[in-house]
Amino acid sequence: MNRKWLSGPYLIWAAGFIILPLFLILYYGFTSEGGGFTLANISAIADPIHLTALWRSLYIAFFSTLICLFLAYPLAYILSKAPAKKSGILIMLFILPMWINFLLRTLALQMIVSNTGLLSSVLEFFGLKPLRIMNTTTAILIGMVYDYLPFMILPIYNALCKIDRDLIDAAYDLGASKATTFRKILLPLSLPGVLSGIIMVFIPGISEFVIADILGGSKVLLIGNVIEQEFSLSNNWHLGSGLSLVLMIFIFISMAVMNKYDKSGEGQMLW
Amino acid sequence: MVEKKSFLERFYVGIIFFLLYAPLMILTVCSFNASKSRMVWGGFTLDWYAALFRDAEVIQAFQNSLVLTTAAALIATLLGAMACIGLTAMSKKAQSAAATVTNIPLLNADIVTGIALMLLFVRFMNLGFSSLLVAHVTLTLPYVILSVMPKLKQTNKAAYEAALDLGATPVYAFFKIVLPEILPGILSGFLLAFTMSLDDFVITYFTKGPGINTISTMIYQQVRRGINPEMYALSTLLFLTILIILLVVNHISDRQAKRQEQLYKY
Repeated sequence: MNRKWLSGPYLIWAAGFIILPLFLILYYGFTSEGGGFTLANISAIADPIHLTALWRSLYIAFFSTLICLFLAYPLAYILSKAPAKKSGILIMLFILPMWINFLLRTLALQMIVSNTGLLSSVLEFFGLKPLRIMNTTTAILIGMVYDYLPFMILPIYNALCKIDRDLIDAAYDLGASKATTFRKILLPLSLPGVLSGIIMVFIPGISEFVIADILGGSKVLLIGNVIEQEFSLSNNWHLGSGLSLVLMIFIFISMAVMNKYDKSGEGQMLW
Repeated sequence: MVEKKSFLERFYVGIIFFLLYAPLMILTVCSFNASKSRMVWGGFTLDWYAALFRDAEVIQAFQNSLVLTTAAALIATLLGAMACIGLTAMSKKAQSAAATVTNIPLLNADIVTGIALMLLFVRFMNLGFSSLLVAHVTLTLPYVILSVMPKLKQTNKAAYEAALDLGATPVYAFFKIVLPEILPGILSGFLLAFTMSLDDFVITYFTKGPGINTISTMIYQQVRRGINPEMYALSTLLFLTILIILLVVNHISDRQAKRQEQLYKY
């Protein structure tokens, strides 16, 4: 028996449910409702509403990734220094919120940041101005950072844990300062973790539509909302597919940029 | 690796911990709130917990989620593990081509994966439980393969060949030698698949037919007309369950580690 055949079912599955659907999107994206070839669905991205939505998505994805990175790196670093036994349970505690349905988590966040919410009440209690960020880009940004932070913490933590402690000690022995050790040892060696963290926050970030729905009150449209509405409300699948293709182009670009920096390559994409 | 943590470090960990858990605490408080409004405290009640177990719609959605996730994770684990075993026997070129395809659902936006699958299902099959199952298997397969593949590449080939030399059939040698070695990878692949499938909303949203709901899609429907407080009760119960499982697992692995340490002493 040749054991190559064992991968047969998977390869058939991948062809039918990964490759074929992508071709269907291509087909819908490049045809009009009548069935003829058209580029109109792609060039529809130039429509001011769509362009604003795309720009806003990129803006929010970029800044939520940046904020997540700055919050997560010190945290992952501190946790990775803890004794191995304690560190394991600690990191689990930071990943645990991911197990609660993210819609519910976002709704809970809404109760905190909404105009009459908890944070506003606290501010008013101290005689300060209540918060007015609901249904704005800021609210969506806060929601994204909250929902995606664990995805940034985990890969950085894993990368930091893999660093050989002797390297750091050697650097100190050779007279390096804390800052130099960080710059020359910790940062370069944890870079693969940082890169996969960036991918895990940025890619879902540009296509997000649910958080914008809840915290943006459907007043702030992201490109994800536009695509979703083409399918659920307007029933224009051709336009929706065309805009999805544009979104995919941006995902490919960000992947290509990441790949350029990630020399170690495959395997550590994720956990 | 033991280093004393400074006050600043403890403070920072504490702040992030608080920020992550504050919304979850609010969910828990809401689950005991007698007032249906989320902003007003109407006194302590356990009514939502009682109502939860009587609500046929919630029970049905919970059942759907559980059956779907378990079935998807099992199928994905089986297909994925078989694929890894087959792929390692193939050429480097075929392997890297397969890895590229495997990565597509992982790296593509969920909304695109969901739409692409929906376009396929609408053409060739009906939207319903079966389409959801196919979508979830597709979504979780990459996680299984990513967990099993590295373990399989680390296995000791010599032991397997020795078993064959000693007269074991390939199948027998696989179950006796290779499988125990890659089992941790298969298990973590299964758990990862289970988590990802349970947490998914976007792909479920696009590939579910009318009339079928998972917990995620049911909550999304409620976002517009107001959340049923039973959902807060459900999330509180789920959170407690997971926390307890986690603590038990941690306790067991702690004890195992200690036992091993003692074994090595002698």
